[in-house]
Order: sequence, then C-alpha cells, then structure tokens
Amino acid sequence: MSVSVRIPTILRTYTGGNAEVSGEGATLRDVLAKLDSDYPGIGARILDESGKIRRFVNVYVGEEDVRFAEGLDTPAPDGTQISIIPAVAGG
Amino acid sequence: MSHDFGPAVALSCRECGARYPLGPSFACLECFGPLEAAYEFGNVTRADIESGPANIWRYRSLLPVPADVATKPNMNPGWTKLVKAGNLGQALGLKSLYVKDDSGNPTHSFKDRVVAIAVEAARTFGFHTLSCSSTGNLAGAVTAAAARAGLDACVFIPANLEAAKIAMARVFGGKLIGIEGTYDEVNRFCSELIGDPLGDKWGFVNVNLRPYYAEGSKTLAYEIAEQLGWRLPEQIIIPIASGSQLTKIDKGFKELVALGLVEDTPYKIFGAQAAGCSPVSTAYKAGHDVVQPVKPDTIAKSLAIGNPADGPYVLDIARRTGGAVEDVTDPEIVAAIKLLASTEGIFAETAGGVTVGVLKKLAESGRLDPEAETVVLNTGDGLKTLDAITGDDAKPTAVIRPSLDAFRAAV
Repeated sequence: MSVSVRIPTILRTYTGGNAEVSGEGATLRDVLAKLDSDYPGIGARILDESGKIRRFVNVYVGEEDVRFAEGLDTPAPDGTQISIIPAVAGG
Repeated sequence: MSHDFGPAVALSCRECGARYPLGPSFACLECFGPLEAAYEFGNVTRADIESGPANIWRYRSLLPVPADVATKPNMNPGWTKLVKAGNLGQALGLKSLYVKDDSGNPTHSFKDRVVAIAVEAARTFGFHTLSCSSTGNLAGAVTAAAARAGLDACVFIPANLEAAKIAMARVFGGKLIGIEGTYDEVNRFCSELIGDPLGDKWGFVNVNLRPYYAEGSKTLAYEIAEQLGWRLPEQIIIPIASGSQLTKIDKGFKELVALGLVEDTPYKIFGAQAAGCSPVSTAYKAGHDVVQPVKPDTIAKSLAIGNPADGPYVLDIARRTGGAVEDVTDPEIVAAIKLLASTEGIFAETAGGVTVGVLKKLAESGRLDPEAETVVLNTGDGLKTLDAITGDDAKPTAVIRPSLDAFRAAV
C-alpha cells in the first residue's frame, strides 16, 4: 500500500527539504506511524501527546478532510495523496 | 536584515507561547498553533491617537507597522462611522444601540483594515505579489491595495461567488482565479501553493502574512472605544467567519485597558453565524471546546468558512465574557437586512444581516441587557450581495403612467 504524502513547509526540516514523500499503511494512523519511523520526530509535530491530530493541523486523504471521514482510521488505499496542512483562516 | 514593525518585537504562538523572529511565518514549528504579533508598547496616550489621521494609522503605535506608515501608498482605511441606531434600538427594545458601519471603507468592507497591515508586511519582506484565499470581500480589498501599492496581485475565490464581488476584484487588475470548490478548498489550495516554487515571494495576506494581517481587526475595537468617548461597549455582536475578527476585537479591548486608555469595565462578546454555516455556534450550544467542521450552505457567503481556524478561541472568549454564539437562518438574514435598512438607512451585506439577525434573536430571547450600551457590526456593503434581495423587494412598489390618476390608483 504505497501512498504519497505532501509535507508542509514547516515540516520539511524532517524530510530533508522534500515537499512530497512516499508513505505506506492501510490507514492514516499506519501511514503516520511509518512516516515517523522514516523521519523521526515528525509524528509528534502532527499528533499531540494523546495521539490525536493537533488542533491546528488539517489532514486530507485524497480530497477529504479526515475530520469528515474516520479521522486516523481513514483508509489510505494504494496511490492515495495525503496532505498535511496547517490550519489557517481569514476570509 | 532587520525589519521595522514598529512596536511589534516578535511572533509568539497563541497555543504554546513559543517565540519566533518577525518573519513571513504563520504556524508554530512546535505545535502548528497560530502565530501572533507580540509587542513592547511605549507610552501611548489618547492625545497622541487623537492627533493622528482619520484612518487606522491613528493607531499605528498599537500595530505592527513602521512609524511612517501613513506616508506610504496604501488605502488608508478605517475611522468608519459609529451610527447611533435609535430606531433599530427602539424596534428591538434596546436603549442604547450603535451600528459600527464598515461598509464605509474604501472597498466597502472591513477587509481594507487587515489588508492595509498585510501590504506593509509584504513591502517590508520584499514580496512582489499580493495574494489571498477569499470568500469575496478580501479579494477586492487585496487587488485594490496591490494596485495602490504598486504590487502584482493574484487572488483565489470559490468560483460561485456573488457577481458584484467578482467584478470588484477584477476591476483593480491583477489575476482573479476561481476555484471549483468551497472556500475551505480554496484555502487548502493556497496552503499548498505557498510551499511551492510557484508561490515564491508571494505574500498571502491571510496565510504567511496572517500574524500581521489579523492585527488590523484590532482597529475596530480601538475605533469603537474612541468613538464612544474612550469607553468599552457593554455588549457587542460580531460576525464569525474564521473567528479571527472576533478574537482580535477582544485583544484590542484588552490592550486599551492594559495601556490605561479606557477604564476596565466588563464587556460581553456575542458571535454571530449563519445557520447554514454554524460550526462555532453548534459547538457553543453543545458545550464543546472544539469545533467540528461543516460544509457551508448559506447566502452569507462572506461568512461561509466551514472549518474556522479561530473557532476554539471564539468559544473561549464568548464564555469568558459572558456572551454567547448564536446563528440565524437565511430568511432571518434577509429580514434583518431589511430591518436595518428601513430603520437606519444602512444597507448591509449578508454578513450584516447575520449580526443584526442575531442581535434581534438575542434581544427577543432576553439574552441582551436592554439597558446596556450595545454595538452591532456591519462589516460590508449590501450592494455586493444584491442576490439576497429578491422578488417584490427588488422591484418598484408600482409602475405607472406619468399621471396623477394613475398614481392615485396605485397608492
């Protein structure tokens, strides 16, 4: 199960400057766990101490904000694009 | 290279307090929390402010801008009218009601305030293109400000916006890109663009310039207090899109108190949403402190942000000040636009229909003190959301031949 993960600018220090890395896992939770083993420390930037997605991070699996889907249990089928994006606002 | 941001000395994370140098960054490296300007204010007096220009630059010593900001080409927004709304107050049983009417800004919405601060930051950082994700008003404010400042502009909007907002954003030049999707999708797109070489040297006013941009909303608080005779209002009704404006008005009031410019009197902050996009109101009523995002469906397009980043802070402020968050339906929004127009001669955009609608709802349900000094915000101009006025409301009362008999028969 290979997926592509888009890394926001502020996390690219972990990925050697790469904006896009490949990941693996059946669900978003698995993908993030694998991401953290490939790039140690990146997981704690995305998930808080209790293992939940941080309040000011939006994670998309394909086109869907995972808060509308199954959160960390959202399936990550082969070829999916996952994006990690800081929450911003101001219309 | 050192940047001149006046009294602002650093960026600090609103969540965890981590501090960063003043730069084009917006999210905390530790926790992704939003970064805000942190200040070392000098001694600021009422007299200093009162001797300043009749625009937001009278408050330059409270904003992240250089001291000579007023000499640079910008839109000079602000110092809009605070209208004593006796007729509307009487209709709603409120003794002392004011409308802060921000439709009087250069591009007819409050967005000129925030953009003016962002333009200065863009200039300071040497950006050549001004950009944003917008629900409409912001796009026009950005393209106008870029034209005046001599910057390029490229702004992004949901493709289905009101025609007037599209025309307004186009007329000032620059590029206007419609995205097939909601505002939240436009926002996501901009966040991805910012990390791409395509967006290099671009100042996205509400993304990488957000710590500066957002401070512009504090000027609403300063003006209201100064226009009330250097007093805080007791009750204020503020629209919620991202929630940024509401949190910054609260911040502005607190700064005025801390600087000794107003007496430390209690105020209640009420947030207003459209029922068709009410994630913050829903969370407030359910007693939650997190906000579950929604897919917006309302005529109040300028407030149609389904995933409001400052939602949690709005909840904190409404609860801390003893206010509330409430929402009104699209028909109630239209009725409120008509009520404000027919009582006070102010034609509000749909967001103003939301605040006045919520004002009415709060007043009728006894959640406002009828004796207390109350301010309701109108953040934009009804001419931009004419779609809201339909059917008989958008037609003449009668069409007659030019004769007295015909007129007599018609009325």
